[in-house]
Amino acid sequence: MKNGINKITFLIFFLTTSLAASAQNSGGESSNYFVITLVVVAALILITVILQVSDNLLRIEAKQIGVERKGVNYSIFPKANEIAREKLPRHTANHPVTVLKKGHNILLEGQIDDTTVHEAQVNTFAIQPKNFIGMSPIPKMVVEVGENVKAGDVLFFDKKRPEVKYVAPVSGEVIAVNRGEKRSIAEIVILKDKEISYRDLSSFDLEGSSREELVNYLLETGAWTVIRQRPYDVVADPQDTPKNIFISTFDTAPLAPDGNVVVAGRESAFQKGLDVLNKLTEGEIFLGIDAKDESPSKAFMEASGVTTRLFSGPHPAGNVGVQIHHTDPINAGDKVWVLGVQDVITLGAVFSEGRYNAERVVALTGGELNTAKYVRTYQGANIKDILADNITEDNTRIISGDVLSGKVKTTEGFLNFFDDQLTVIKEGNYHELFGWLLPIRPRPSVSNTFPNFLYPDLRFEADTNTHGEKRAFVVTGQYEKVLPMDIYVQHLMKSILMNDFERMEGLGIYELSEEDVALCEFVCTSKQPLQSILREGLDVMREQG
Amino acid sequence: MGLLSFFKKIEPDKKKSPLLHTLYDGFFTFAFAPNSVTKGGVHIRDGMDLKRTMVHVVIAMQLCYLFGTYNIGHQHFVALGQYTGFVEAIHLKLAFGLIQMLPIFVVTHVVGLGIEFWYAAKKGHAIEEGFLVSGALIPLIMPPDIPLWILAISVAFAVWIGKEAFGGTGMNILNIALLARVFVFFAYPTTISGDEVWIAGLERNADDVFAASYGWFHTSFFDGIFSWFNLSTFGQTAQMAVVDGYSGATPLGIAAKAGWDGVLEQYSIGQMFWGTIPGSIGESCKPAILIGAAFLLVTGIASWRIMLSMLLGGLTMGLILNAWGANGFMEVPWLYQFYMGSFLFAMVFMATDPVTASSTNTGKWIYGFMIGFVGMIVRVLNPAYPEGWMLAILFMNVFAPLIDHYVLQANINRRLARAKVKSA
Repeated sequence: MKNGINKITFLIFFLTTSLAASAQNSGGESSNYFVITLVVVAALILITVILQVSDNLLRIEAKQIGVERKGVNYSIFPKANEIAREKLPRHTANHPVTVLKKGHNILLEGQIDDTTVHEAQVNTFAIQPKNFIGMSPIPKMVVEVGENVKAGDVLFFDKKRPEVKYVAPVSGEVIAVNRGEKRSIAEIVILKDKEISYRDLSSFDLEGSSREELVNYLLETGAWTVIRQRPYDVVADPQDTPKNIFISTFDTAPLAPDGNVVVAGRESAFQKGLDVLNKLTEGEIFLGIDAKDESPSKAFMEASGVTTRLFSGPHPAGNVGVQIHHTDPINAGDKVWVLGVQDVITLGAVFSEGRYNAERVVALTGGELNTAKYVRTYQGANIKDILADNITEDNTRIISGDVLSGKVKTTEGFLNFFDDQLTVIKEGNYHELFGWLLPIRPRPSVSNTFPNFLYPDLRFEADTNTHGEKRAFVVTGQYEKVLPMDIYVQHLMKSILMNDFERMEGLGIYELSEEDVALCEFVCTSKQPLQSILREGLDVMREQG
Repeated sequence: MGLLSFFKKIEPDKKKSPLLHTLYDGFFTFAFAPNSVTKGGVHIRDGMDLKRTMVHVVIAMQLCYLFGTYNIGHQHFVALGQYTGFVEAIHLKLAFGLIQMLPIFVVTHVVGLGIEFWYAAKKGHAIEEGFLVSGALIPLIMPPDIPLWILAISVAFAVWIGKEAFGGTGMNILNIALLARVFVFFAYPTTISGDEVWIAGLERNADDVFAASYGWFHTSFFDGIFSWFNLSTFGQTAQMAVVDGYSGATPLGIAAKAGWDGVLEQYSIGQMFWGTIPGSIGESCKPAILIGAAFLLVTGIASWRIMLSMLLGGLTMGLILNAWGANGFMEVPWLYQFYMGSFLFAMVFMATDPVTASSTNTGKWIYGFMIGFVGMIVRVLNPAYPEGWMLAILFMNVFAPLIDHYVLQANINRRLARAKVKSA
């Protein structure tokens, strides 16, 4: 490729110089002007060629003496990110940093200023089978309403995959099994005991046992359910050995919790979880760390048995999908596993504490809360309890997760299994006079038609108004601007809508999950539902095998 | 919110009168951003929508409209040899331009929007914003003297066959505005090419000489106002014949026949830059277009890749033609090729249409470059018609999906190659 370009530059160079020579014969006023232009162009091309050749020689030299390393630039041309390199904290000095330029940080009101973690008084908890993608709508129940369970007792399993057991996050009485559409099981609600009692887990010898024994132990204890597989974002298949395991230690989504706060005090369990994961893969464990963080937790920086990767950039740099893409991308047929920080802690606690500890630090965020804060609770906490009297107004939307990829909840609902954030924002059900032309209130946008770029630190009071109606895809290139991956999102979406399997696979559907295209959906001028289109495509691909 | 409740009160019934409801919905969503909230997927949406995108393109064109209106009048009086100064009798020029311009604008929108509304009602979807831009572009690329019935037919053709037949906004393959123009070009060539079509308000009189001819609006309405203020009136130039030897040819027309020296005999470089030359209504004033371009680039609405690569493409072919130098037109210095004709207008407003352009970033580079390259060939090497952007852009519109196909195929191959390296 490079060679070809050089040949062409040479060819053009010779052509233009010979043309310049012939043009000198013609003479006349206008041809003088022409000759000067040509000489300038020729000189430019000559310089470019010299630079290109020396650049190539330098690269070849680097390759021959074997110092080439990923993320290091041996070219004489600096990469764009080297010219405009941001000042990165000192801890990044010895690591190559993957600098991602594409993306956008949406700054919203309602961020957490105080990092103390408060205790939350939550009475009911629920496990929602729908949180696990691909599970049959009516899983096989093991417990009945009225029964008492301990934390870690099996509640149900999927008939398609009976070996994966789903367990209770807390101890108490099963007070309800709520049904959804077509009698599917929506929630299994547990009224928590005052003091949580844990199911006794037989101790496990991590060093001395085989991988198979470990897998069976994890399945039995319920800790397996925290491991998710990419592609598709489903609970991992016990039959598989993953190519690699990825853990992102930071979340760049709007108002997302800070990984350092979450891991504080649980460092040993986190490290234990990493050790367990190391037994499960023949590949590597990659820990994605925020390069912009001034002081990332030692649990992350000094974790053993893992490869740390530093990423710097706006959202979605913290998404594990983006980190996979820049580390060891998912090809057709590959399976990698991903976990959140708290998932790793739960996994580790099974070994270090000998119990299924579903403790979660949850960030309560959003402009409609009286105080945004961290609370300590367990998986699937009831939203009414966790919010207590924290909401200011009625006309609000409660979201389990962040504003981009979270799910709508009512106060009667429960936090989703994998979520460690609750966001409350205003509903946007109002008409706005000439809102599309002369917006009165500031609103988040990536478009320069709003003066937002003049106020890079302004936090917006966002609401759920769509700011326009749905249209066909018109504007091009806007998704690529906010997704730091080599993927043509709009074309992928069209191939999903057309049900073209080969193209979906070719254009990289395996590398994406809903959260990765969420920002694209936010910026979409045509207000297209990209996340649900992508999920449709992923479901089709999963069913096709 | 008195206005809002008034709007709510007059809402027609959707079932009983779908057309009326579509119409109402169009105007209502024009006045008020809808109160719809996000459902599933993201919970907050960017403030940008298609209406806002489109209206910013229209805003970028406003200076072209202003100057275009002036220039219609200016060229008319230059042909008569009267008020040749830039600000001389500016009221007459603007009034004359307005009388010429308004019907073109109105006819374009009545026909175009009419078809859009009708289809929206028929298909039961909201009125889409695509015609906001197309409708604003079409008057600017027409000759000032275009007969309104031809304009109406061409707009109908473009919207009907070019857009609605393909499924509406966002689905069309060819640029709507250019399709309207190319229709006139092929169906009624004498109204859009040659030396006689660029000056409005001239008619052959009994002696077979072109002379100024005015209507009621000129001689009664505006003259009434102007004479009240003691200004010069249309009556003073009525029936006046054009100056001897005046041709009304555009710089390009001259360049095709007599080369760059021939052009310089009639027009100065300054005139060509500032736009006081005959031509299509909106394309002559280069500063107005450049300001529009800057606006579109700063707001990020138009693709800088297409603009830059089209400039490079035109420059490359310009250089090659200069080197070839077989005739006078080829010897026009490449820089001045940009001063003549509608290169800049096509680059800023036509080539950058996101629907018909290449949709991948790499594709945009190729697409833009090829327009510049091919357009210059068509302009210079074409024996009949000395301008090329309309045809080049339509030509590349057709090729844009092919370019995208190869860019995507390269992406797919990259992915396959990556998998192979890993498994090997």
